[in-house]
Formats: sequence, structure tokens, C-alpha cells
Amino acid sequence: MIRPTQVPMREQDPKARVHNFEEVPFGYTPEEAVSEAERCLQCKRAPCIQGCPVNINIPKFIREIREGNFRAAIRTIKETNNLPAICGRVCPQETQCQAVCTLGKKYEPVAIGRLERFVADWEYEHGVELPEVGKPTGFRVAVVGSGPAGLTCAADLRRFGHAVTIFEALHEPGGVLMYGIPEFRLPKKIVRAEIENLLRMGVELRCNVVVGRTVTIDELFAQGYHAVFVGSGAGLPKFLGIPGENLIGIYSANEFLTRVNLMRAYLFPEYDTPIKIGKVVAVVGGGNVAMDAARTALRLGAERVVVLYRRTEAEMPARREEIHHAKEEGVEFEFLVNPVRFLDSSGRVSGVECIRMELGDPDESGRRRPIPIPGSNFVIPVDMVIVAIGNDPHPLVPRTTPGLATTKHGTVVADEDGRTSREGVFAGGDIVTGAATVISAMGAGKRAARAIHQYLLTKYGHAPVQGA
Amino acid sequence: MHLIRKKRVLGPNLVELEVEAPLIAAKAQPGQFVIIRLHEKGERIPLTLADWDKDRGTITLVAQMVGKTTHQLGLEYDEGDVIADVVGPLGNPSEIKFYGTVVCVGGGVGIAPIFPIARALKGAGNTVIGIVGARTKDLLFWLDRMEKVCHELHVTTDDGSFGQKGVVTEPLREILRTRKVEHIWAIGPAIMMKFATLTAQEFAVPITVSLNTIMVDGTGMCGGCRAEVQGESKFACVDGPEFDGTKVNWDLLLARLSTYKEEEKCALERYLAQVAEAARR
Repeated sequence: MIRPTQVPMREQDPKARVHNFEEVPFGYTPEEAVSEAERCLQCKRAPCIQGCPVNINIPKFIREIREGNFRAAIRTIKETNNLPAICGRVCPQETQCQAVCTLGKKYEPVAIGRLERFVADWEYEHGVELPEVGKPTGFRVAVVGSGPAGLTCAADLRRFGHAVTIFEALHEPGGVLMYGIPEFRLPKKIVRAEIENLLRMGVELRCNVVVGRTVTIDELFAQGYHAVFVGSGAGLPKFLGIPGENLIGIYSANEFLTRVNLMRAYLFPEYDTPIKIGKVVAVVGGGNVAMDAARTALRLGAERVVVLYRRTEAEMPARREEIHHAKEEGVEFEFLVNPVRFLDSSGRVSGVECIRMELGDPDESGRRRPIPIPGSNFVIPVDMVIVAIGNDPHPLVPRTTPGLATTKHGTVVADEDGRTSREGVFAGGDIVTGAATVISAMGAGKRAARAIHQYLLTKYGHAPVQGA
Repeated sequence: MHLIRKKRVLGPNLVELEVEAPLIAAKAQPGQFVIIRLHEKGERIPLTLADWDKDRGTITLVAQMVGKTTHQLGLEYDEGDVIADVVGPLGNPSEIKFYGTVVCVGGGVGIAPIFPIARALKGAGNTVIGIVGARTKDLLFWLDRMEKVCHELHVTTDDGSFGQKGVVTEPLREILRTRKVEHIWAIGPAIMMKFATLTAQEFAVPITVSLNTIMVDGTGMCGGCRAEVQGESKFACVDGPEFDGTKVNWDLLLARLSTYKEEEKCALERYLAQVAEAARR
């Protein structure tokens, strides 16, 4: 009968992996994948499809794995998902497709994410098939940002036959996939390969162009682009607004992770970008970025890493898998605490004063609101702090695009299909939703590509006006 | 890839580069900066724009060789070589308008970025008084260019080897004491900008400074460039780089600039040893 538990994924030993940046889980073998695929009930209702932000035909690709037809499986996934090797690794399947899996009512749900990763990796080994590029339409679309939203939107626009240019502010494409998510969770060679595929599909990529500075949205239209997709993502990191937050040794997670992932500061001085790792590191926050920062700090040689989170473990927004990995590697957790100030030792941080919290009534997010307990202050001596409490939306495009409506949080106002208040300007991903997941940004990029396609055909008919 | 069209040694450890960057040249405004990365293993460093030529499609940068990257730029990168990445123009432009009489203070390598600001202020009809200063005569540069864009120019050297002996705040104080000045710009080492600000405050004249904080991306993402301005954390890359000097927490800024002192020293020594080794072979 059906195995009640998932085929386990083999992983690097925690004691070994805490000293390297190699990927933690090894991935399924073909035998393991087939065995896991056999657990799928192939239910007609297939709630998993609805649970997937890009509606992959999950039962179909799992059936194909079960039959050993891996090529057909990856084709099925790629009908709706351009970046399966990435999604198979970083999607929170446990709250999406796997959360609604029928098998999950009684047993462990099917390990959909691991199966997705398996066929994506299989394809890399056996040759990647590029999606078919549509007949040239003559329309030109500019995509701002090469993170998950931009990459997905660009690929789909090419499939419709539009000419696409991606503008990336940094020297390397990939956005958060490159600068944010560490190598041990998402190997950069995978991101590079996906971008290579996009270039082979004819997407033009221009790095070192900051839209809003080097060129504005209005100038892009003047240069002959017929539509623009804004996927400029998250921007400035949030800080706590407490005394001492600018002391030396206090980093935003963005800066810390960018130095390490994008600039390879862990190879200093062979690489020129430095990083200063403390002996005792406090990481403030409870999301995936906090887990990434904590685990990275350990790998760079911190003796102790303590995560400070103001609610309890149950409310942590990080994936369970990442919390589990962090604990296995020796990351410590202080729950129900909130920093109130940083202590100064001749300009450098020497400690963090915290106050204990208790949970009150649920707030607008539905989670119970943390309330400080008066007089419960205590100090943790630390020599490095990484603040991972989220980002504001990237400010440059909204600031430099007249008529582009934004919310009071600075996010761009866009409908379900990415249409903004400006004609021909579409947006999706973190710039619209605030910090969210890779897959939700990809879903937004996908819907926007379809909406852009419809917009172009409706506005211009089937071909652009010559010289327009 | 950005071709170095011209390179000129301005003085000891001081180089001027004209670099191809047509998109940046087309958009550049006074007060803005670029981020450069020399090569695949390079760090990203901000350099304030010293000049640009839209028609030639080039920008001009002046770099003082202080750390590894600027030494490498000065010692190894010549005309015909390429810089891997140049991105910009970044930051908010200076607020150029008619003020009346303005003073533009450039200290050390800060003479370079003060030049286009002075030029634009003169263009906007202001009476521009320039003050430039350096430790010694050999470190002064662009006096001819500054003379063209200032109605009068005061020059100081710490050691008295050229112009008035002393620091830039001395002629500044003298001018503020005797003349009606509407606004001051000061660009240079943080310590100079701090003292220029204190001098401006004595006479209650508004002063704008350009903060040379440590940056990584420079585009509003990493938050490394934050400075405390009027008690709030501000980001030099997107909120600045220019701020009201009287609102800046200078001591914190100075401390933060020293964050990587040891690493910078280690990288530079290692690099210079490599250069010496290569020269021996």
C-alpha cells in the first residue's frame, strides 16, 4: 500500500556543512524519485494545482516521473514554470501545493518540491530544451530587474514573440536569487544556467543600468519600447529605529548577504570585498532571510549565532525546513524577545539589550501581537548584529515615474495582472506586494506577460505601427 | 566594459581618468556619483563625478590612491584598458538654482566633485567664491578649471607650499565674517566637512555636504551607506549623497568610515607586496 512517509532526502551532515557553502540537500536519485512519485494518489480534483501559484499540472508530471518518463515530466512543468530548478529548492511547498495534497490529510503529503527539483536537475544533466520562441511581433518590451519576476516575465514575453530587453542595476543578473539566497540553499550555477537559457531564447540583458537613474521609464518609451514591466523588487532594508543601530558591526541582512553572495566576501582578500564576522552574532527577525543570514554567519566562522524573534517559533514566517536546518547546524533561538537598544563600545556594537515579550490578541496579520513585559530587560553580549526584519520597496522607479500610483508603503499599485496607473506600465513581485516569495513574484511576472501581450494586441492590432 | 580613454597623474597617488560611459554622460548632473568595479574579483566603490562630456560619451573621475582598489586603478589601469563595471549616475543631483553669493569648498580629492557644482552654480547666475585646499602643493589640481568657474578662488595648503598656509576653514571664516553668503557647498574628507559645517554654523549660513560613506550596491538596496541625519538613519545612495551639514552626526560617520580599517590595510599591503614581487621578476 501507500508509504505513509516521504522518501527522505539525503543531506550533508550538519557538522560538515557548517564549514562549507555547498548545497545542503543532495536531491533524489531516479529510484528515489520514482518511489516518491508512486505515493501520489492521482486524484481527479487535484487540489495541488490550485495550491501552486503558477498552476503546474502536478499530478501529470508526477505520473510521468512514476513511468520513468523524466523528459515528459519536465516538459509538463515548463508549460507553466520557467524556473523549476529554482522553485524546487526555494518554494514553500509546505504552505502551497503540499499543504492541500489529499494524501496529506492522513499521511505526509507527496514531496512535490523534491520531485520538481529532481526532474529539473535531471534536465540539466541530459540537456535543456528551450521553450519555443514565438514568431516576431515587432513589439519591444523593457523589463526592469532580473529577479524572479523579471526573468519569468521576460521568458513568457519571448514565447509570445516580443523583443525583450532586461535592465539590471547590479553587475550580475538574478536579483535576490543572486545577492540574497545563499549558495547552500540555491547554487549560483543554477541561476546562471537559467539566465543563459533566457539569453539563448533571444532576451537582451543590460546590466549596470539603474532604471530611475541611468534611464527613466518615460525615456524607455521614447526609445521605442511599447510596454514596460517593473520587477525592481525589494529595496532599502528596514531597521529597528532604536538607539545604536548605526554602530559598527550592525548590518542589514541585505548588506551582509550581498557582501557574501554577490561580492564573495568569504573569499577576501582574494576577492576585494571585505566582511567582518563577529564571535557572537545576533540575528534579528524570524523569516527565511534571517535563517539565511544566521546560517551564513556560522559558515563564516561565528562561534555563536542567536536568532532573536519577538513571537514564538510557531509564528515564525521562515520555512520549517530552514528553521530545522538552522537548528541542526547549531543556530540558537531566543523567542519572545525584542531588541530595545544596542550597546556601544567605542563605536562598535558590544551588546543588545532586549525586552521579553508575551503574546496578546491577534493583529491584522492574524498572528498574536507581541507585547513587551515591563522590567524584563536583559543584555546579550554580541559583537555583530544582522537585522533581517524586511525591506521597503525599491524607491527609484516610483520616485522617477510621474503618474505611477503608489501605496502609503511605497509599493506600486497594480491589479492582479500587473496593470498600473500608467498605460503600458506593468509591475509585479516585491515592488507590488512588499517582501514575499520567489514563486509569488514568478506568478506575477507570468500574469503580467499575458496582460502585456493582450495590451499590445489590443492597442496596436497585430503589428506595431512602423516607426512607433 | 568601459574603456579608459585618457589617464593623467595629477599628483602623488592622485589620478584623473576619462572613461567611456555614454549613458551616464548623457544623464549626469552635478553632485551625482558612479559605482565602479574594476574586474571580476573587484569590490564596488563609489566615486563622485568630476566631469562628463555628453558628445564624447565620457565621464571624468578623480581617484586618490588610498586602498587596494584605488591603488590598482592608479598603478595598473592605463589608457586603452577597460573597467568591468561602471554604473550611474547615482544619488540626487545638487540643488542648482540662483542663491546670490555662494561658496564652494573643495578639500583634497574633493576638489574634483566641487568643480561641476561650482560650474553649474555660476551658470545659474550665482557669484561663486571657490576655496580649494590640500596638504601640500603637489596634491592641488584643477586650479585652472576652478578659476574659470569661480568669480574668485582661494587656495590653501597645510604646509604653506602654495597659496595661503592653513586649512580651508580659515578663508571660509574670513569670507563669512566680511561678506553676505547665501549658501555653502563643502566636499572633501569627512573631518574637513565637519569643520566646514561648524564654521558655517557660527555664521548661520546653510551648508550642503556630500557624504562619502561605505557603499555596496549604491542603488538603494543594501543599507550599508546609512548615516544619521537629524537623528534618523538616512541612506547616502538614494537620500543623498548631499545633506544639510548641520544635521549630520559627524562622529558616527567618521566611526563608520573606519569599519574595515584592518581589512583595508591587509588588502593594500598584500596588493603592494604582489606589485613589488612582480616588479622584481
